[in-house]
Amino acid sequence: MADFTSGFWSWYVAILSIISFIGVLYFTVRVGGKKLPPGEKVESMGHVWDEDLHELNNPAPRWWYLMFLFTTFWAMIYLFLYPGLGSYAGYLGWSQIGQYEEEVQAANEKYGPIFDKFLSSDLESLAKNPEALTVGSRLFSTYCTTCHGSDARGARGFPNLRDKDWLFGGDPENIKTTIMHGRQGVMAAWGALISEKEIHDTAEYIRTLGGLSADPAAIASGQKTFTTFCAVCHGADGKGNIQLGAPNLSDDIWLYGGSSKKIIESITNGRNGVMPPHQDFLGEAKVHILAAYVYSLSN
Amino acid sequence: MTDSNTYNYKVVRQFAIMTIVWGVVGMAVGVFIAAQLAWPALNFDLPWLSFGRLRPLHTNAVIFAFGGSALFATSYYVVQRTCHARLCSDKLAAFTFWGWQTVIVSAAITLPLGITSSKEYAELEWPIDILIAVVWVSYAWVFFGTILKRKIKHIYVANWFYGSFIITVAVLHIVNSMALPVSLTKSYSAYAGVQDAMIQWWYGHNAVGFFLTAGFLGMMYYFVPKQANRPVYSYRLSIIHFWALVFTYIWAGPHHLHYTALPDWAQSLGMTMSIVLLAPSWGGMINGMMTLSGAWHKLRSDPILRIMIVSLSFYGMSTFEGPMMAIKTVNALSHYTDWTIGHVHSGALGWVALISLGCLYYMIPRLYGREIYSVKLIEVHFWVSTIGIVLYIASMWVSGIMQGLMWRAANDDGTLTYSFVETVQAMHPFYIIRFLGGAMFLLGTLVMVYNIWKTIAGSKPVIAPIPLPAAAH
Repeated sequence: MADFTSGFWSWYVAILSIISFIGVLYFTVRVGGKKLPPGEKVESMGHVWDEDLHELNNPAPRWWYLMFLFTTFWAMIYLFLYPGLGSYAGYLGWSQIGQYEEEVQAANEKYGPIFDKFLSSDLESLAKNPEALTVGSRLFSTYCTTCHGSDARGARGFPNLRDKDWLFGGDPENIKTTIMHGRQGVMAAWGALISEKEIHDTAEYIRTLGGLSADPAAIASGQKTFTTFCAVCHGADGKGNIQLGAPNLSDDIWLYGGSSKKIIESITNGRNGVMPPHQDFLGEAKVHILAAYVYSLSN
Repeated sequence: MTDSNTYNYKVVRQFAIMTIVWGVVGMAVGVFIAAQLAWPALNFDLPWLSFGRLRPLHTNAVIFAFGGSALFATSYYVVQRTCHARLCSDKLAAFTFWGWQTVIVSAAITLPLGITSSKEYAELEWPIDILIAVVWVSYAWVFFGTILKRKIKHIYVANWFYGSFIITVAVLHIVNSMALPVSLTKSYSAYAGVQDAMIQWWYGHNAVGFFLTAGFLGMMYYFVPKQANRPVYSYRLSIIHFWALVFTYIWAGPHHLHYTALPDWAQSLGMTMSIVLLAPSWGGMINGMMTLSGAWHKLRSDPILRIMIVSLSFYGMSTFEGPMMAIKTVNALSHYTDWTIGHVHSGALGWVALISLGCLYYMIPRLYGREIYSVKLIEVHFWVSTIGIVLYIASMWVSGIMQGLMWRAANDDGTLTYSFVETVQAMHPFYIIRFLGGAMFLLGTLVMVYNIWKTIAGSKPVIAPIPLPAAAH
């Protein structure tokens, strides 16, 4: 019933479908079931088109006729057993959501204990447990590689998980929190507030923090802007802040690129990094194993 | 000789030549995007050449430009010759030609630019959609107007199929393309959510059912008996499979949406009707093949007939495979995999393209008053293309089933055995085989281009007088 806006449509679908199947069946038997009377020869229909096109009137092949009947009966039996005729649920009471829930429940009962047994171990020791790491690497390749890569080295905008640089902290518990609840790595867009020249100079200054070459004439002015606007999150020395997920700007790791152009782009338009939460999706036990696995990648 | 007692072959010639031109273009784009899948560097980091934009260009070019032109050409030829009447309006027929070519060129420009409504096989934006609708209504006018002028009371079976194709495609196109324009190049579908999906696949599956099946069965019903010089096997069978086919196809769309947000009841009806569809589909194959009874020996000597009969075999194979893939349990494995691509191409290359090319081999010498330049080259075309089809569909079967099995393979802890990228890696060799298969099919078509070129170069267009209808006997 839930699919229909009123009981009328359920009846409409059911009756129309039943009439259709009966109609197909009647038509098949009526027209397709005719055999050639014994001793009679197949004749031409007597029409001629385009000088030499004729039609014979052979009966439909018997095997074909029986196949037609079989598929039609099969379809009608199916619609008796399964939902199809309006809101009639079908003799077997099957539904796709029911099948899904049953399969998930069966999988949870069968596989749940395999994951649950690791929950009691702390993450540090789990990161040295080969069995947990095998399971962890499998989970990782299913759920994490799309963004972080099959080698876990990330891509532009997606952090490398094998280095020691952690936007939100690299303690095992921090990693677990990140996977469980997700993270929002938001860098505000400053294009509307700061002039283009100031942004350019700031970018040059930021490059010096990371030990990169920069335009010397821009550094002093850039530092001033940096102190006013950027230091709040990235710190006066640009070393970042894991409470906010503000990246460390003084190392040689650039999540969105370290060229002047890319840094200017980051400042002007901002950045919006999203790590989705996995608690509801995977459950704590799997996240626990994943956290240990990810921790093991750099420790 | 006045116009009224000759056939209008001009528009047929125009569409026939453009069928070959667009066939080569559409197939070449297909080969190129097949190469992109095997070697992604071929995207060249250019948006206009990216797979996502060229793929709809390929599908639109082969279905609507190549297939569409073939349908226009053959239906105009067949309806005139089987009604013993000239097309009811030369001007309107000319409009359908130039209108349809405009649609195709607009598609070829807008799709690479990324202008798309993002509905599969209905990607063109609303101004082009309106032009399609206008051309299509004109087409219906010309076709049915000619039927009304017929000199023989009984309407020949090929025209039933062409007629149903023309009417249904008009309905499908207009309903599915309903949209709210927000600018000249952007519109939003009039339907939302799962209803949009259902309308789309009601359209999409019947684009296959009426555009790519009913229309081409129309070709089959005229050109196979003509080429074989044998009567159609069974009038009775043609009645039952015609009505059963057009009735049943309309229901089958939901099998594209198994295990989605589409309600269970709609999925079940789509699936059961897809199974019922097997027999009506095969009715056409049987009628075509059995038309050869008593003339089987002609297959040895006549490569055109062989092309037609092999196309019917591929038709039978695809229309068996389709209902099987519509069964939920099979679909759970096949859906979203390359198996679907293989299935589509066994229909598209094996059935639609081969029957069209066979009809062109029959028709073009008659349109230009020349014998075909080389029968030997038709043989070459047949073999190169057929091997190409087999390579294409076999590689996609293997890769598709492998892909489906890899996706569902699980370890003893319930985790997935393969990551997505591993399944992509495993498919790579099959992508190369598919590319080769497609390239061979294209090569076969190029052999035809040469053969046709040599046939018609320097020829004078035929002016064909309308013969008197033969007396019924």
